[in-house]
Amino acid sequence: MADMQFSRELPLAGMMHGGPGVSISAAPEANRINLRAGDDALAGLSKGLGITLPKKPKTSASNGSRHALWIGPDEWLVIDEEGDPAADCAKVKAAHSAVDVSHRNTAILVSGPFAADVINAGCPQDLSLEIFPVGACSRTVFGKIEVVLYRTAEDAFRVECWRSFSDYAFEFLKDAARGA
Amino acid sequence: MSAAGANRIAGAGRLTPANTVRFTFDGRDYTGLEGDTLASALIANDVHLVGRSFKYHRPRGIQTAGPEEPSALVGIRRDAARHVPNIRATVQEIHDGLAAVSQNRWPSLAFDIGAVNDIGSPLFSAGVYYKTFMWPKAAWKHVYEPVIRNAAGLGVAPDQPDPDRYASRYVHCDVLVIGGGVAGLAAALSAAESGAQVILCDENANMGGALRFEGEAKLDGLEGYEWAQQAVDRLSVMDNVRVLQRTTAFGYYAQNFVGLVERVTDHLPAPDPDTPRERLWQVRAKRVIIAAGAIERHMVFANNDRPGIMLASAARMYLNHYGVAVGRKVGVYTANDSAYAAAIDLKKAGVDIPAIVDLRTDPDSGLVEEAKGLGIRVLTGHAVTGAGGKLRVASMTVEPANGGSKAEIIPVDAIVMSAGWTPSVHMYSQSRGKVVWNEESQRFLPGEYPQDAVSVGACNGTDGLQASVTEALAAGETAAKETCPKAKKSGVKITVDGEGKWAGNMVGAGPGAGAGKVMKAFVDFQNDVTAKDIRLAVQEGMHSIEHVKRFTTNGMATDQGKLSNLHGLAIAAEALGRPIPKVGLTTFRPPYTPTTFGAIVGHARGKLFDPTRKTPMHVAEEAAGAVFEDVGQWKRAWYYPRAGEDMHAAVNRECRTVREVAGMFDATTLGKIEVVGPDAAQFLDLLYTNPFMKLGVGKLRYGIMCREDGFIYDDGVVARVAEDRFHVTTTTGGAPRVLHHMEDYLQTEFPHLKVWLTSTSEQWAVIAVQGPKAREIIEPFVEGIDLSNETFPHMSYAEGKVCGVPARVFRMSFTGEAGYEINVPADFGRQVWDAIYERGAPMGMCLYGTETMHVLRAEKGYIIVGQDTDGTVTPHDAGLSWAVGKKKTDFVGIRGLNRPDLTAPGRRQLVGLKVKDGKTVLEEGAQIVANHNQSPPMNIIGWVSSSYWSENCGHPIAMALVEDGFNLMGKTLYVPMPDRVIEVEVRDTVFFDKEGGWIHG
Repeated sequence: MADMQFSRELPLAGMMHGGPGVSISAAPEANRINLRAGDDALAGLSKGLGITLPKKPKTSASNGSRHALWIGPDEWLVIDEEGDPAADCAKVKAAHSAVDVSHRNTAILVSGPFAADVINAGCPQDLSLEIFPVGACSRTVFGKIEVVLYRTAEDAFRVECWRSFSDYAFEFLKDAARGA
Repeated sequence: MSAAGANRIAGAGRLTPANTVRFTFDGRDYTGLEGDTLASALIANDVHLVGRSFKYHRPRGIQTAGPEEPSALVGIRRDAARHVPNIRATVQEIHDGLAAVSQNRWPSLAFDIGAVNDIGSPLFSAGVYYKTFMWPKAAWKHVYEPVIRNAAGLGVAPDQPDPDRYASRYVHCDVLVIGGGVAGLAAALSAAESGAQVILCDENANMGGALRFEGEAKLDGLEGYEWAQQAVDRLSVMDNVRVLQRTTAFGYYAQNFVGLVERVTDHLPAPDPDTPRERLWQVRAKRVIIAAGAIERHMVFANNDRPGIMLASAARMYLNHYGVAVGRKVGVYTANDSAYAAAIDLKKAGVDIPAIVDLRTDPDSGLVEEAKGLGIRVLTGHAVTGAGGKLRVASMTVEPANGGSKAEIIPVDAIVMSAGWTPSVHMYSQSRGKVVWNEESQRFLPGEYPQDAVSVGACNGTDGLQASVTEALAAGETAAKETCPKAKKSGVKITVDGEGKWAGNMVGAGPGAGAGKVMKAFVDFQNDVTAKDIRLAVQEGMHSIEHVKRFTTNGMATDQGKLSNLHGLAIAAEALGRPIPKVGLTTFRPPYTPTTFGAIVGHARGKLFDPTRKTPMHVAEEAAGAVFEDVGQWKRAWYYPRAGEDMHAAVNRECRTVREVAGMFDATTLGKIEVVGPDAAQFLDLLYTNPFMKLGVGKLRYGIMCREDGFIYDDGVVARVAEDRFHVTTTTGGAPRVLHHMEDYLQTEFPHLKVWLTSTSEQWAVIAVQGPKAREIIEPFVEGIDLSNETFPHMSYAEGKVCGVPARVFRMSFTGEAGYEINVPADFGRQVWDAIYERGAPMGMCLYGTETMHVLRAEKGYIIVGQDTDGTVTPHDAGLSWAVGKKKTDFVGIRGLNRPDLTAPGRRQLVGLKVKDGKTVLEEGAQIVANHNQSPPMNIIGWVSSSYWSENCGHPIAMALVEDGFNLMGKTLYVPMPDRVIEVEVRDTVFFDKEGGWIHG
């Protein structure tokens, strides 16, 4: 039985929607950890991850394929489409909690001139560039679900949500894109 | 005669005569013009009678030209599913093919049977519902209420699902300007030119507010309306401005959160199906500038509701904007200057004005002279004391205001009236502001602002065009400077060259409608409240305006008393002999005007009503024929019927197969929490009743979590993954609240502990394989774990690989069988499930669903929190004392468990029930008594919490919470049902494999 070679089946695999002024698609697979730590561990974790963990609300830091999103005073979501942040954290001695949530979350990419408007159909955050610039991120609500919103470009966002809510999130975005 | 109606005046108004629009009203074809409202188009066709009133079924016409309309409510129909009742004809724009119908009449608008209510009206005075239909009691439900409900009510709701779509949008801005009249436009221009992010909304199809009818106003050398359109054009092209027309600010909530509803397609003949019918804007504004204007009040006199009687400003709007004369012979009744302008405009358009009746003895002489100069008779110090005609006003009765000489009857076909202007303080009041009575101008004005808002123009009591513009420009610039860091001077200047006159004001009933008179002088048209009703309410002892309102229903209709509130208040104050501010004004509440459910629901319909959560194995379960049940938002496989099987047969087979061979179950929906940190064990020791400090790595423990009060909150199995890492499971429904409960205690009670919590509910797909052949089935897939009983006994945990993917394997059981729960990363779940199934099925393994899971656990007496507990059950009551650490000195709930009432004898305790006939399956929730011969009300001593047919036992099984149950073993109790009494015997809760050997394989 050791010959089994399973590959990941993403909940939104292949989903794509192009509307006027906005395109919505499933993000490729990624490794993710939910990182919790006190101030005393930040230096070590930053070194281990190769990224300076941001300490300011709604900000993120990136290094290559790796992105660390501040989502709480002692909480980060680290996303990496190539490397394994869990393995990097495992080498850090200082007390912290790094929990693999690669499969818990999935992501939807929303881009185009109407991207912010479409997300604002269900998300009450101010997504103007002054308040939510490129690189800004926030754990917030979208319709009836929780998401982590991450602005990757002026007109592009990554919407992270738990896998069983991803169908709802995708359909909501599609509905909002209609006649936006 | 114009094609678009006999009352259309050539050269008047702003609509284009060539752009005709065809529509129907009560099945008759009419022609209007593009830009018409239904009201203007009907009046153009000399139709004033458009509906019947709510209570008395009196003929009613069009009284206003705007959203404040109380009477002209119609049904609008696009197709069978798109029938909207109670649409104000003064707001609905016409389009080709629009079909409107009148309401509240039968068999026809002109002849309505319900109008007998008008004759019998002494029976229907204020408070009638509270007093008349009280006896006999049963008659209310079966006679009075159905009859009243049939006869009353306005309009007919559609009986098909709404086919339209609705959208929603959250938006932030520095400055929200509510109202696009001159003040709103000036404020928006000023704020926008200063650099602020501005949203300007106006509820009408055209911005300009009063500039739409007030021809005297000149701004920047332009006619007022033309200036307004240029201002809108200027704002519309600015990047920092969003202009929303046909958009009503309907609700003002906390922290400057304002709800707007934009009507996107109702005025279009053939809307694009992708375009939402309405869009809800939820605006968070740093500052709100309220520029809501003022609403003209009617005069209160006998039969003031006859079709053809309307507000003076409305008549001006119909003439100057729509090019429609409201009649050919129009009487004017006023206590205000602005009605003169209506008379003068109509006269100049060729309409006969038999008289202006002015209640004031000494009105503005310039206006009087101007009117007289045009040949209009002006009667100052006079009152209209009655209107003749029924389906259309035919005359007005004029008397000196102080009585005396004989009344004169003047024939008219319309009356326009003005008692003055009420500032629109609705938004201010909704923001929790308290209005203040201004004695001098006899009106309520905004007082202190509880939120960051300011009122400008007429809604702020600012009279005069110049003053309004100056105030609005300053407010706009100040708002920008105070909300937007990079604001600059606006530089906007507006010159005012001419303006109308608005002075004069009266509140309450006019002469001839005073106390002691029998007549119908309406205060509130929509709810048919007369001046007499309000006096009656006071007589009956209602001394607060809140009581008067509820007793009479004044101001309680869908127009929320926009015309009537102040008159009603003045009449009540007079009857009480107290000043108006002492009687008070009722609070304004959202919505400002009726708002559709569609707009509020927005995207949350059908699939998007609520998330539907599916596990990674859902597709495979579906293919295997699963029937699903809803468990919260989750779809869970309930049972897997094979050809010819009903649920009962399928569940019996699944139950047998699990115990005889093996079964596979999707347990993914269980809540999972990863508890990590050096103090993780100590934290769990505090959260659960069980001891956790000494749980070894690689071991599992069943834990019970209590609330502070000692009652069971949740349960689950906890694995110690490492010294500092635990994998906690919770019930499916408990997942989010257990995490919050833990986080709450961690942050508030145990902040000293170094431990962190992360939800991993969806990280893992969980495949339970249970039964005598479970190990044999999974063994070939497992790498890195020795599954033998010796190294991996019941309640063990290990990490390894299953099907080549990293896995956390729990040796545990919720069935009483030897079994495993295999956790694999969710994206692999379906593939691992299929692989195990392909091997297990030929060996006789079945898939089983939640129903079989429930039966199997009940056979073993395992509880389900929320089914066998109800929030008042302690671990001791549930027979789980073994799970409460005896040596523990602290855990959440320890003090609660020692409360005298939780340790007292006689508590309801969880026991098993044997049904004596050996075949009846009890109903869950059925009540239990000790003495079935007692007549009702019987002494209930408990209830059935779980009950199933057990195929494995060959008889029904049940659990119940029964008073002092542990001491009733072997006793007979009774379950009274509607048709019979079922005898049961109290027993222990373990129905199958009492020795518990099976679980160890």
